[in-house]
Amino acid sequence: MCLSIPAKVLSVDGNMAKASVGGAIVNTSLHLVDDVKPGDYILIHTGFALQKISEEEALETIRLIEELDKASGETDI
Amino acid sequence: MRYLDEYRDKQLVDKLVRAIKHASAQKIRIMEVCGGHTLAIRKFGIHRLLPSNIELLSGPGCPVCVTDRISIDRAVKLARIQGTIITTYGDLIRIPGSASSLNQERAQGADIRIVYSTLDALAIARDNPGKKVIFLGIGFEATTPSSAVALWEASRQKIRNFYLLSMHKVMPPAMAALIDQGVDIDGYIGPGHVTTVAGADMYRDLVDKYRISVVVSGFEPVDLLQSIYMLVEMKNNGRYGTEIQYKRVVTAEGNVKAKEIVAGIFEPATDSWRGLGPIQASGLKIRSAYRSFDANLNFDLRVDPVPEPGGCICGEVLRGLKRPDQCDLFARVCTPANPVGACMVSGEGACQAFFNYQ
Repeated sequence: MCLSIPAKVLSVDGNMAKASVGGAIVNTSLHLVDDVKPGDYILIHTGFALQKISEEEALETIRLIEELDKASGETDI
Repeated sequence: MRYLDEYRDKQLVDKLVRAIKHASAQKIRIMEVCGGHTLAIRKFGIHRLLPSNIELLSGPGCPVCVTDRISIDRAVKLARIQGTIITTYGDLIRIPGSASSLNQERAQGADIRIVYSTLDALAIARDNPGKKVIFLGIGFEATTPSSAVALWEASRQKIRNFYLLSMHKVMPPAMAALIDQGVDIDGYIGPGHVTTVAGADMYRDLVDKYRISVVVSGFEPVDLLQSIYMLVEMKNNGRYGTEIQYKRVVTAEGNVKAKEIVAGIFEPATDSWRGLGPIQASGLKIRSAYRSFDANLNFDLRVDPVPEPGGCICGEVLRGLKRPDQCDLFARVCTPANPVGACMVSGEGACQAFFNYQ
């Protein structure tokens, strides 16, 4: 139920889209999100796109973790 | 980016575990309130990577689990009405009610169909104009918008034989009730998809009143470990507040469009949670403008209240007071194949997650 999954939008038709989840094609509703285009990544939950995924924020999260060693004064083993 | 593999990276996991061990000295108790987190923590073995001073507790985050017994009895009653088709998400049909379950009703001929999406339920209504099609709506802020869209579409397309039984709930009042009921924690791992919709600002009152922290987390190992690190750092620095780890989808304001759709269809109401009892403004009822779609108003749902099954400690597990393996029934009488309590029914329930990944 709480499980949602990232998917890549392949095509958009009105309020519906086809999206790829690791290669499997699923139909998803776009009722809850605006301005979705093919190539965008969305988060799908019970057949509805809940949000577009921000690539910028996704990369920033990883960058913050990569800098953790410096912050905690440790060195990589 | 594929938004999955990157957050399962071993080097990043190692780095976070080292940082947590380095930063963490004090005892800290952290509760997750999302079934997806319960499952991920057990499945990836996150709890085994942490030093012993960090205690992870599972709260009432599995929507199937917090659905109380009387709601199951009502659903069974609906399924027994001639000419109805019950539509629902999968796990709900396996929860035992007081005398039956939806699964048993189905075996005896009731028309009960599992759907992936509310729009599938709506299509069943459109295709079966002679039947009354009832969708059993369970779930929190992430799931409620899909029920709201279904009602909105039913109204727009004038599908008159579609009904919703709203058992939808909202998280913050339950998170407050847990603390009021004596659950002693330093912070919450905030539910990622609930907050994707509702926005991290919804924890402001909770955080201010109880001076605890909420870190809204994603569902991969790197996400969860980073969230735990953030909670440890906040405690170390004597800070409390709301922070977002899961920034790739979560914002302070959430999905405004989804929230508006939900607010147009539902209004807050007192609702009863398994293990926690009735909590003010923790449920959502259908607004009177959509009353013709409300299963509560269009069917006789009166059933007698019944106690929980003897020996089952699901209620205490949902409040983080007991671990699943402290239950006498766990893995002996109560298993995923033959669940006694709701926490063993769902893959996201604490008992089934414990059973599968212990």
